[in-house]
Amino acid sequence: MRDSATVIFEAPDAVSRLRYWLPVLVLGILACAGDYQQSTLHPASDFAGRLDHLFRGIFWWALGVFVLVEGALLVAIIRFRRRPGGDQPRQVHGHTALEIGWTIAPALILVFIAVPTIRAIFASTGAATPGALRVEVVGHQWWWEFRYPELGITTANELHVPVSRPVALEMQTADVIHSFWVPRLAGKRDVIAGRVNRLAFTADSVGTFLGQCAEYCGESHANMRMRVMVDTDSGFAAWVDRQTAEPPSPDSGSLAFQGRDVFGRSACIGCHMLDGVPVARAQVGPNLSRVGGRATIAGGLFPNDTEHLRRWIANAPAMKPGALMPQMDLAAEDLDAIVAYLQSMK
Amino acid sequence: MSNPPSTGLRSWLTTTDHKRIGTLYFWTAFAFFLIGGLEALIIRAQLAQPDGSLVSADTYNQLFTMHGTTMVFLALMPMTAAFFNWIVPLQIGARDVVFPRLNAFSYWVFLLGGLFMNASFLIGAAPDGGWFGYVNLTGPQYSPGLNIDFWVLGLQILGVASLAAGFNFIVTILNLRAPGLTMMRLPVFSWMTLVTQFLVITAFPVITVALVFLLFDRTFGTNFYVPAAGGDPVLWQHLFWIFGHPEVYILILPAMGIVSEVLPTFSRKPLFGYTVVVYSGVLIGFMGWGVWSHHMFSVGLGPIADSFFAAATMLIAIPTGVKIFNWIATLWGGQIRFTTAMKFAVGFIAMFIIGGLSGVSHASPPSDLQQTDTYYVVAHFHYVLFGGTVLGLFAGMYYWIPKMTGRLLSERLGSWHFWLTFIGMNLTFFPMHFIGLLGMPRRIYTYAPELGLGTMNLVSTIGAFVIGLGTLALVINVLWSRRHGEPAGPDPWGGATLEWSIPSPPPPHNFDVIPTVTSRLPRWTTEHPAAPSAPGSAVHVPPGSWWPLVAAAGLPIMASAVVTKLLALVFLGAAVLVFGIYRWAYEPFEV
Amino acid sequence: MTHATSMGLDSRKLAFWTFIGSECLLFGSLISTYLVYKGQSVVGPYPHEILNIPVTSLSTFDLLASSLWMVLALAAVQRGDMKWAKIWLLGVAIGGLIFLGFQVYEFTSFVHEGLTLQRNLFGASFFLLTGTHGAHVAVGVIWMLTLWVQALRGRLGPQNAITVEIAGLYWHFVDVVWIIIFTLVYLLQ
Repeated sequence: MRDSATVIFEAPDAVSRLRYWLPVLVLGILACAGDYQQSTLHPASDFAGRLDHLFRGIFWWALGVFVLVEGALLVAIIRFRRRPGGDQPRQVHGHTALEIGWTIAPALILVFIAVPTIRAIFASTGAATPGALRVEVVGHQWWWEFRYPELGITTANELHVPVSRPVALEMQTADVIHSFWVPRLAGKRDVIAGRVNRLAFTADSVGTFLGQCAEYCGESHANMRMRVMVDTDSGFAAWVDRQTAEPPSPDSGSLAFQGRDVFGRSACIGCHMLDGVPVARAQVGPNLSRVGGRATIAGGLFPNDTEHLRRWIANAPAMKPGALMPQMDLAAEDLDAIVAYLQSMK
Repeated sequence: MSNPPSTGLRSWLTTTDHKRIGTLYFWTAFAFFLIGGLEALIIRAQLAQPDGSLVSADTYNQLFTMHGTTMVFLALMPMTAAFFNWIVPLQIGARDVVFPRLNAFSYWVFLLGGLFMNASFLIGAAPDGGWFGYVNLTGPQYSPGLNIDFWVLGLQILGVASLAAGFNFIVTILNLRAPGLTMMRLPVFSWMTLVTQFLVITAFPVITVALVFLLFDRTFGTNFYVPAAGGDPVLWQHLFWIFGHPEVYILILPAMGIVSEVLPTFSRKPLFGYTVVVYSGVLIGFMGWGVWSHHMFSVGLGPIADSFFAAATMLIAIPTGVKIFNWIATLWGGQIRFTTAMKFAVGFIAMFIIGGLSGVSHASPPSDLQQTDTYYVVAHFHYVLFGGTVLGLFAGMYYWIPKMTGRLLSERLGSWHFWLTFIGMNLTFFPMHFIGLLGMPRRIYTYAPELGLGTMNLVSTIGAFVIGLGTLALVINVLWSRRHGEPAGPDPWGGATLEWSIPSPPPPHNFDVIPTVTSRLPRWTTEHPAAPSAPGSAVHVPPGSWWPLVAAAGLPIMASAVVTKLLALVFLGAAVLVFGIYRWAYEPFEV
Repeated sequence: MTHATSMGLDSRKLAFWTFIGSECLLFGSLISTYLVYKGQSVVGPYPHEILNIPVTSLSTFDLLASSLWMVLALAAVQRGDMKWAKIWLLGVAIGGLIFLGFQVYEFTSFVHEGLTLQRNLFGASFFLLTGTHGAHVAVGVIWMLTLWVQALRGRLGPQNAITVEIAGLYWHFVDVVWIIIFTLVYLLQ
């Protein structure tokens, strides 16, 4: 990935290839061999790519300085070990030209880092490009809410975006400070009460990208995870259609049908919104519309299967420390019914 | 007036002798260092595998908060204070610090503040908001427990100790230098102490104000950090880091000073570019004030602010680099003796280079957006604070403990200590660079197996326990050598500065006759002057005093009012404080 | 201090200057917060509705005058005129007490008009800033009274004029801080 911000590192092909590969090698064969789903070294968007490129440039300089300075240190401590019968060393107090030299040298290197840095800063302000898909991101203790104002969709913990189309995030918090971080797509941006922060990126490949909150936000900070599903245009359109269609209606008499009933008269509606249950309009917890179609539950923590969903509804704090969803006092058959209903809401 | 008692509990409780106060600082800081280290070991044990379940989320959050807070405020700063106390008066040819009772007061306030903060463990409510205590998480709405109250009040108390010591040491260094010891002849350790204390007295008022706001929000229902009332959580971040970045230099400059003493002694060469090293230290002190927002690049302060702070941060790398070059040039052409102190000093340089270089990558805001709040940053500042400050302090221990106790530490155990620590720290912290770059955030009590970071975390945990073994070697060494170490004599290393001209341990009055200094390296450039034979008993030694301890006790009593909700304790504590100060002020006490 | 110092300055005085330097940062942080939060309150009362410049001008004048008395007190102590020294020292303390009286009146009337510590950001940052300053004045008053009692007991004279000089440094500093607060908080609304 090359852009104007990094033109200063342009070099003949062989050298530039070396510049690309050497850091990769040094940063660990580990880093290339393994499957690192939150790696900052495997960017999959223009934004993450720009940051990665900048980092690699800095890394190159740092490695050079490292080798030179640590090398000088090693030579000094090997060559000037005390020898038996060694003379009193010459009492040198300093050397003005040297001092000036090693003041200017790092300053010059820093210029080569500062210029692309400042270019990258201005290129990463998060300003939305025309035609970008707008998504409002809201951090909550301890889950993420995603709203698509132009599409009328609200979902949680799983952000769906199309590939190769700019995405503009407008980010806020409902409570404390969190930080939105999906390493392969975007660097961090904090969400802070009283502010709206912005990020913009264009994903360049299809896939599922993991992320998680990166600002300490209380007891379950570690459990505030998310996924970004980057899909083809048609795949994304299909997802949008499913989200905006009339909610599926369970067959009367089925377990799911009972579940809808139980949901509508239980404590669930105190916090959750769910298209399909008209009384469920609250916006404290995640919006559960089409929750059956999500891959994970509980802030990206557990797979969305019957067993986990059932345990989660029965006693969320036991699965996620500090979870604000209280233990539910539901009869076993009511629990089964709710699980069946939620799973049917795809 | 009789001489102060020299043994027994009372002699320690009432002491105003800088050397004894230094010893108190040393053992207290050492104990807190071990506690902070144990906290780190539990943290690493928890993270050895994905989905770890050794401790709960809540316990883990308390552990990392207390690990950071303890290491910064209760272990490293006071350990530097132990050396300030012990060594600065000896290096400048003084009989004590300028205000001996204020010095005792500083120590007692520090001790009581540290105990106050750790007392929270007894009720299971240790601070859990991180050492940086970001609001609004730490405000009353999201942290209703006593945890944060202990943290806020503990830090306030510790701030008093640091400020009092700051005034004391600035005046001591400026005003109590021996005749002929001009500022440009001052040993670099004393110079760095001076710069550090200026940073202390200017940085701590800022966090004091930030903490008062938080205290008022939590106790009296004000809205300083309440967004709904217009308060801005970012204000806390600014105030905290305006303090917090100078604090980083408060931690590293003393270690740089120690290394600048150890390297010349064991290379048998003067420090290369003394003037440049001193001025770059002063410059780092000044510039340390203009870089705080580089802790906040992910806040979204806007491109102009980000560019400014990026440039300022990169600039500060220059004087830091210059120091490193000068240290290497000091080694160059020398006759290097690899005593344990020297191993640690060279280890300091080698590790600090790594910490400095990784620092450049997050001086660049866009690059930092991927690194901040990840293990990459954890790796970076442990290379600076462990590889830098801690190794520097270890060098100081092997160098100066013989002066303090009169006995050398074991070089054999010292060698074990060095190699275990050096290997252990690289095993612990080097993989953290990758762990962070590969996507692991900080301050998480557990991580998902699918991140693929289990192996590297395991290596890191093993490294932490290797450091633990190394520290065990240090503990044994320090305890063993008190009785069994070889007698050190006044000058075991052939040092150049004044502390080596007097017996080890020094007599209560330090110098029988205050020396006259004619050069930067008094013991190298003048042929070792014969010790003047004036009788020591003629030198007046100030008596001890109870009042610093009494006054200091007033502060934790006042602080207890907040956690017990007993208003009367405020008045009781204030009365004790005022009473102590008045008795102190009216006590006949001549220095 | 019985022995000579390297800087030729009394150590207590030098220490006090470093203390004042530190205090500048304390008040600097408080004043900055007040200014940053100016106009951020979401409910009233707001500064322009409530700050009483004429009354505060009086208390400011009183505090300024006490600084003059402080100068006179020090001069009297230095020349050994203990009669006037006692008068001026007591005068400074009374000047300080009057200032505190104004502040108590001001705070009470503000609370009466609905401005409390908890009411809004203006209340919080105003009370904490001026309250911190008031606490400094109160410490100064106690200090002056202590010196005055010393003088009454005949324990103050030219030989320890330095203690009065240091108290004076403190008093003038607290005064200067008030001038800044008065300008930034009251005059430049």
